[in-house]
Amino acid sequence: MQTEFTEDQEQFREVVARFLQDKSTPLSVREMMASEAGYDKDVWRQLCEEVGVAGTHIPEAFGGFGFGSIELGVVAEEMGKHLYCGPFFSSSVMAAYALLNIANDSSKVKLLPDIAVGKTLATLVLDSLNSPEAVGRQLVVANNSLSGTAAMVLDAHVADLFVIVARAETGLGLYTIHAGAEGVSVDLLETIDQTRKVSRVSFKNAMVERIGHVNSESLDRTWDHICVVLAHEMIGGAQHLLETTIDYTKLRYQFGRPIGSFQGLKHRCADLLMEVEIAKAATHHAARCLDAGEGEAYAASMAKALAADTYMKAAREAIQLRGGIGFTWEEDTQLWFKRAKSSEVLMGTPAIHRERMISMMEQQS
Amino acid sequence: MSADTKSLTSNEAIRAELESWLDENWSPDRSLLAWRDILVDGGWAATGWPLEYYGRGFDRGQVALVHEIFREKGAVGAASVGPRRLASETILAMGNDDQKRRYLRPILTGEHAWCQLFSEPGSGSDLAGLSTKAELIDGKWVINGQKVWNTSAHHADFGILVARTNWDIPKHQGISYFLIDMRQPGVEVRPLKQMNGHASFNEVFMTDAIVPAEDLVGGEGNGWAVATTTLSYERRGAAPTLSGASTSENPQEGLVYDEYREELKIANEPYTWYPQRQGRVDLVMSRAKETGAISDPVIRQEMAKLFCMSKGAVLASQAAEAKRKSGSNEIVPAGSIGKLAASVIARQSAHVHTMISGADAMLSGPTSAEEGMVAEVLISVPAISIAGGTDEIQRNIISERVLGMPKEQRSDTGPFRDIKRNT
Repeated sequence: MQTEFTEDQEQFREVVARFLQDKSTPLSVREMMASEAGYDKDVWRQLCEEVGVAGTHIPEAFGGFGFGSIELGVVAEEMGKHLYCGPFFSSSVMAAYALLNIANDSSKVKLLPDIAVGKTLATLVLDSLNSPEAVGRQLVVANNSLSGTAAMVLDAHVADLFVIVARAETGLGLYTIHAGAEGVSVDLLETIDQTRKVSRVSFKNAMVERIGHVNSESLDRTWDHICVVLAHEMIGGAQHLLETTIDYTKLRYQFGRPIGSFQGLKHRCADLLMEVEIAKAATHHAARCLDAGEGEAYAASMAKALAADTYMKAAREAIQLRGGIGFTWEEDTQLWFKRAKSSEVLMGTPAIHRERMISMMEQQS
Repeated sequence: MSADTKSLTSNEAIRAELESWLDENWSPDRSLLAWRDILVDGGWAATGWPLEYYGRGFDRGQVALVHEIFREKGAVGAASVGPRRLASETILAMGNDDQKRRYLRPILTGEHAWCQLFSEPGSGSDLAGLSTKAELIDGKWVINGQKVWNTSAHHADFGILVARTNWDIPKHQGISYFLIDMRQPGVEVRPLKQMNGHASFNEVFMTDAIVPAEDLVGGEGNGWAVATTTLSYERRGAAPTLSGASTSENPQEGLVYDEYREELKIANEPYTWYPQRQGRVDLVMSRAKETGAISDPVIRQEMAKLFCMSKGAVLASQAAEAKRKSGSNEIVPAGSIGKLAASVIARQSAHVHTMISGADAMLSGPTSAEEGMVAEVLISVPAISIAGGTDEIQRNIISERVLGMPKEQRSDTGPFRDIKRNT
């Protein structure tokens, strides 16, 4: 298994980083948060056309670039650092991974190419964002007619295509329906983290197309893929918070000296660096496990749990070490704090993933 | 000839030469010392050392190959366990020719055991604040003072010693580095019993102990630089320069093995509890299953946190190593981060072991859990965040050297005589 990034991967990181540094500034992030759409269509188009991020991991046969989890992780890590607001996670990651892992071939051929170039915005509709075991209790299909409510769906208010996991008599299935179809209603919800737009999506006798059979294995695998990308986003955000917080302690003077010269702060920063380094290593390892097909589920849960706890710790410390200014709306730290919180709970809290790790380990030994 | 073929040929040449030399000379029926004399004379004891001093100037890879061939043949190598290597690597790097001639060979043969005389009761984290006194009287250095945490000092023939030779200049500048004979009336060694009942260390009291003038290393007042050399070996683990084999892989019979096993037993005795101070994460799952604690959701969470940290720390150190190899200029403080992580892991493991055992955690000794190992974990873990530099010192190193945070203001920059210190 690969243990470090290749030169090509590092160059790719540079390209993504440079783009986002320019186009995803704290100022533009605040604009996106305040807007209803939640993203800038021009920036998204450029990201897809110039950098090609939307199809990073989608096989060439389906119109993508055919890279793996490692490259996709590189994109997500940089997006997390720069707090990118856009449909990358909902469409390219969540919906595309569900299609890749679950859909039949003809549907992949039909749907993925437009997602891979960012032309179609898809989103994955799950009736639980807590754990795969809880999926399929609210959304029910009978004779291709879907009813029920998904309490939280990412970017549903801008999506063109809904990819849905719902229960039918024959078990869980994967379905699609176009936004705006009859029987579909979307309500944008108020959220803590305005960099991720979330809607409630209700279906009432909506006619859906069945495109695949969902078993626990393929749903788990989809879940793992999504979690590992999310973990990358989180370690990128944590790294950003660590760096900006260190910079702040060097510039801020109290008692006639930079506050970063006080041991009480230095030691906390050293501890944070340790945790960030460990979370990064575990997350990069998870991507490599996915690409190598070894121990993916355990590594994915470990990465999600570690990255989430570390991101939240970094966010708490970033505010505490700034003191009062850190708690203001004006200071940017709050933006990352809120993203950390939404990432912590999306696709399973750290406790859920830890429980999953122990169950797996218990069965092994 | 390409570089690859060249090194291939030379590796083959090394293998051919060493195998035929071992076939001719290795025999388990000699005494350990007799064998090692042959080993040193043959130039195979320390192949990573320079040609003038028993070596062949081999690089890491070549030394590893030599090591491997020794293992294959089951041949015993040069003496290497315990603090003696700190002495030999320091003398090799900083000693003069006379010192190298006198001291290196008996270290390799195992004839001389060494100890390290650095820490003092009054200067732990602040090593440069040491106050053991060395005075030049009638051409000899006279030493007075007390050292502490001296592993294997009770078996040592010699010690590497730092002492103060000038009290009127800043503290780092007044230190000198000596090689001291431990077998003299002015040196008294007492075992230091720890809270876990083991006595891995000693206290060493020096009262008018004598060091001949020729055993000052690196010149008067240069002791801090020499000590830094020793400490860097200690922190990163000495680079492999010696050949050797361990007895566990060589259950063969013969006088040389018997004596070698005895040497290892004595040298390794101080370290038997070291796995326990790291928390024995390896015992957690089986203990949880045995006791039924595995069905407790709270304990499961704590176990998972432990496994996350312990696996994550291994991955982080692999990532740092990969970065170092690729020549990245990004500073990765693998050592200090690894040390901090080890403390967190050990504490969490002790916490989990406690939850698993419940009231049984009161018991110790051979009839208690895991033949007393769980109890030993619980009372040994406090050492991990102190030994080899406290966690607080590691955090200073990380924050100042890696994160570039400003240094703490100092109050110990003037002449040593004027600095406030323990009395």
